[in-house]
Amino acid sequence: MGDLTRMSAADLADALGRGEVSSADITQAHLDRIAAVDGDVHAFLHVNAEGALAVARESDARRSAGESRSALDGVPIAVKDVMATRGIPTTCGSRILEGWVPPYDATVVARLRAAGLPILGKTNMDEFAMGSSTEHSAWGPSHNPWDLERIPGGSGGGSSAAVAAYEAPLAIGTDTGGSIRQPAAVTGTIGVKPTYGGVSRYGVIALASSLDQPGPCARSVLDAALLHEVIGGHDPLDSTSIDLPVPPLVEAARSGDLSGVRVGVVTELGGEGYQEGVRARFDESVELMVKAGADVVEVSCPHFRYGLGAYYLILPSEASSNLAKFDAMRYGLRVLPDGVDAPSAEQVMTATRAAGFGDEVKRRIILGTYALSSGYYDAYYGQAQKVRTLISRDFAAAFEQVDVLVSPTAPTTAFKIGEKLDDPLAMYLNDIATIPANLAGVPGISIPNGLAAEDGLPTGLQILAPATADDRLYRVGAAAEALLNASWGGPLLAQAPELVGGRA
Amino acid sequence: MTTTTELMPYDEALARFDPVLGLEVHVELNTVSKMFCGCPTEFGAEPNTQVCPTCLGLPGALPVLNGKAVEAAIRIGLALNCSIAEWCRFARKNYFYPDMPKNFQTSQYDEPIAFDGWTEVTVPNEDGDGEPFRVEIERAHMEEDTGKSLHVGGSTGRIHGADYSLLDYNRAGVPLIEIVTKPVEGAGEKAPEVARAYVAQLRDLLLALGVSDVRMEQGSLRCDVNLSLRPDPSAELGTRSETKNVNSLRSVERAVRYEVTRQAARLSAGDKVVQETRHWHEDTGVTTSGRSKEQAEDYRYFPEPDLVPIAPSREWVEELRGTLPEPPREHRARLQAEWEFSELEMRDVVGAGALSSVEQTVAAGASPQLAKKWWLSELARRANETGVEITALPITPEQVAGVQALVDAGRVNDKLARQVFDGVLAGEGSPEEVVAARGLEVVSDDSALGAAVDRAIEANPDIAAKIRDGKQAAAGALIGAVMKEMRGQADAARVRELILERLS
Ligand SMILES: [Zn+2]
Repeated sequence: MGDLTRMSAADLADALGRGEVSSADITQAHLDRIAAVDGDVHAFLHVNAEGALAVARESDARRSAGESRSALDGVPIAVKDVMATRGIPTTCGSRILEGWVPPYDATVVARLRAAGLPILGKTNMDEFAMGSSTEHSAWGPSHNPWDLERIPGGSGGGSSAAVAAYEAPLAIGTDTGGSIRQPAAVTGTIGVKPTYGGVSRYGVIALASSLDQPGPCARSVLDAALLHEVIGGHDPLDSTSIDLPVPPLVEAARSGDLSGVRVGVVTELGGEGYQEGVRARFDESVELMVKAGADVVEVSCPHFRYGLGAYYLILPSEASSNLAKFDAMRYGLRVLPDGVDAPSAEQVMTATRAAGFGDEVKRRIILGTYALSSGYYDAYYGQAQKVRTLISRDFAAAFEQVDVLVSPTAPTTAFKIGEKLDDPLAMYLNDIATIPANLAGVPGISIPNGLAAEDGLPTGLQILAPATADDRLYRVGAAAEALLNASWGGPLLAQAPELVGGRA
Repeated sequence: MTTTTELMPYDEALARFDPVLGLEVHVELNTVSKMFCGCPTEFGAEPNTQVCPTCLGLPGALPVLNGKAVEAAIRIGLALNCSIAEWCRFARKNYFYPDMPKNFQTSQYDEPIAFDGWTEVTVPNEDGDGEPFRVEIERAHMEEDTGKSLHVGGSTGRIHGADYSLLDYNRAGVPLIEIVTKPVEGAGEKAPEVARAYVAQLRDLLLALGVSDVRMEQGSLRCDVNLSLRPDPSAELGTRSETKNVNSLRSVERAVRYEVTRQAARLSAGDKVVQETRHWHEDTGVTTSGRSKEQAEDYRYFPEPDLVPIAPSREWVEELRGTLPEPPREHRARLQAEWEFSELEMRDVVGAGALSSVEQTVAAGASPQLAKKWWLSELARRANETGVEITALPITPEQVAGVQALVDAGRVNDKLARQVFDGVLAGEGSPEEVVAARGLEVVSDDSALGAAVDRAIEANPDIAAKIRDGKQAAAGALIGAVMKEMRGQADAARVRELILERLS
């Protein structure tokens, strides 16, 4: 066996199946890698070393008895800190949840445990998943393994950075406006936002309930499909969960094919505002698809231009309500106001929320509270919902002409830490290409499609499919991945600089 | 609270103003589990033992709608002649309060499950006959109950000024139906009676539907009374007060009467009625000012994104219509005919809130007159003494019928029966058990009675002589003597027979 941390999840699973390696060794190798590089990357908020090793040993015992709970039994994974994990601290990147240890598991986590995956730890994120860089984490930013001075994307930058830095073969993310796909794009990894309702939200600390969707982070399309099949499918605990069988995603990933596939390039998601290198890599990817037999046409989705505006009304509105529960009454941080002898419940709530929430969270709570206020509701939340309907119609019309839509995942490569922190609008613009999928509930994947010439940093190709047709993402994504890898003579991530700590 | 409130005598108030009522009734459903989780709803459990991540509002937990609650809501709507929505949603009502785990209440806002109904109540006219009065129903909607706060210390029992507060979340998430009338106009001087008759009828109807325990003293039926005055019926509606938590039938009547006299005094003095919530004080029978609407909160309602819309099929609605009990007016008329009660007798029963109790007692074998007798005399008195509704007494209609069966069998007389009620109400068990434990059975054994009779005759020779002379009415004095000796536990009719046998 070579370096276990460099292997794909699929290869690790095969090796485990053949008895060539133990889950304990794989898990230990990743814990060692975390110990070596995470001081620089800061992908993890909490490392669950003992817990992961215990699960690994159980998995090994099963394997040696000839049993296995799933295709990924024994393959370790990192979980975004937005997920409730029984017995493992969960902060959602916020000081207000400091010290909270959930008494229950999110459904995704329960499925990971049932499938035998050791949980390496909890990954960093923007506070309550509000951000595109992890700079809004109360616990400090994560760093992009391609350039430690740059952001790894957000909100799930910790999960993508962990996968990109070989600290975990797989990770769980959540995507509300691009929080899985944009970090994947800027770290040269894979990220999938499933169809809304395809993966249970039970136990995911809600940002915007109608937009949030958990999904896989990985280094290959096949690995993402393997993980997606473990976590996907109906959950009676989530009323918005889709009661349909998960389509055969692994099979789709293994049979990647582009011939005869009708691919639509979205006019509105490209051109002005997109970095030159991002545009160049995107155009090349499209050419590759044409050569592989895809039928490429340009498709217009005229209402996408209103998507960002609608998103930044719907998200804060729902968030302002979802975050009301953090009031110091039952769990998490409790701050007593200064200079008050016998503070009232109201005063404790105010002091706690003032101290426990960061600026971006407060900004969005204020925005959402305003947008839902009597007299403003129709003009803001009401209008935004109408835009949402129009965007869904744009998708419906587009998918009558084509099988999948493509665009750059993010308009730029990874920016420098601190560069956009004082300019929220510039930060918000990072999600311009990923937001429409969340508003309409359709699935999307981001795969690495090269390095921008001007900065040598990864760019991402986004593929979108109709709701419940997640298998198309994997079929088309795997085909594009194979073509791109062939053009580079190996995965893009192999071109990433070696982390200093990792050489030791 | 020492400020005196000016009141105008009721008759004078009615001569000068026309009252308009509005009634909002909250009904706790008797479903086995809560509205959005599987926790039990049983009343009286140890605090915070009937809770889970969902009803505690833990981060990440999600609601799942209880289908039985929807069924109950539809049946209530149908029984109130409402239209049932073909499609409706839940909404979040946002406000901060420590007994609300999520700091929003999942309720319905502009899309109630049932709307535009009516019900007809019976109120007495000038001749003492019952007269129908139609109350229009605005809506019946579903929502979840809050937890319970106990504010310890301070003078008001409210959160402000308390030393500390205790919170019990067992009630949080219990299903509620809120039934709201349209403005009830045209009741005139009978407004208090209409209000009481409406709530009494609603309670009987809910009991007949089997959807709630409707125990006002336990809070499973809670009433808010809205009242406004206007100079005459053609004038616009006046400013209303909203009196909260008027939790007995008698209080509903008294609260309406009080608000009429209070508002009339204000208006006559040239003052305005303030639009505000008022607190009802059961002990003193007055209302006091609560929160004024100027300080009222903006609830920022928006559709609940964690739940899917409810679209009850028309087939289901019709199926549920088939399960409805007889409408109240028909029900009442049928019972009156079956029981051969006069209008006055019937009104006494309904007015005492004892219709269902009497009905169930008759069903358990007692005659209507005797069932009425026990409920309206003995039990009504005890309810009054302890300040609870008749139905809240710890005795079942079956037990009342059981006591009467003992009387019918000659095993106890009326006097002993009262002691049996004492025992049952004190929780000593069934009537049979009380009789056995307290040794209450009457003596009808001739040898024991005969000896007592002989002693009585011997001790009262003058009376015995009168009876021998044919003055049978004098037997009463001897019966009294025997009963005294037997400490009341004798069958008086048999004693009389024995005396006459011996002295004729
Ligand atoms: Zn519960």
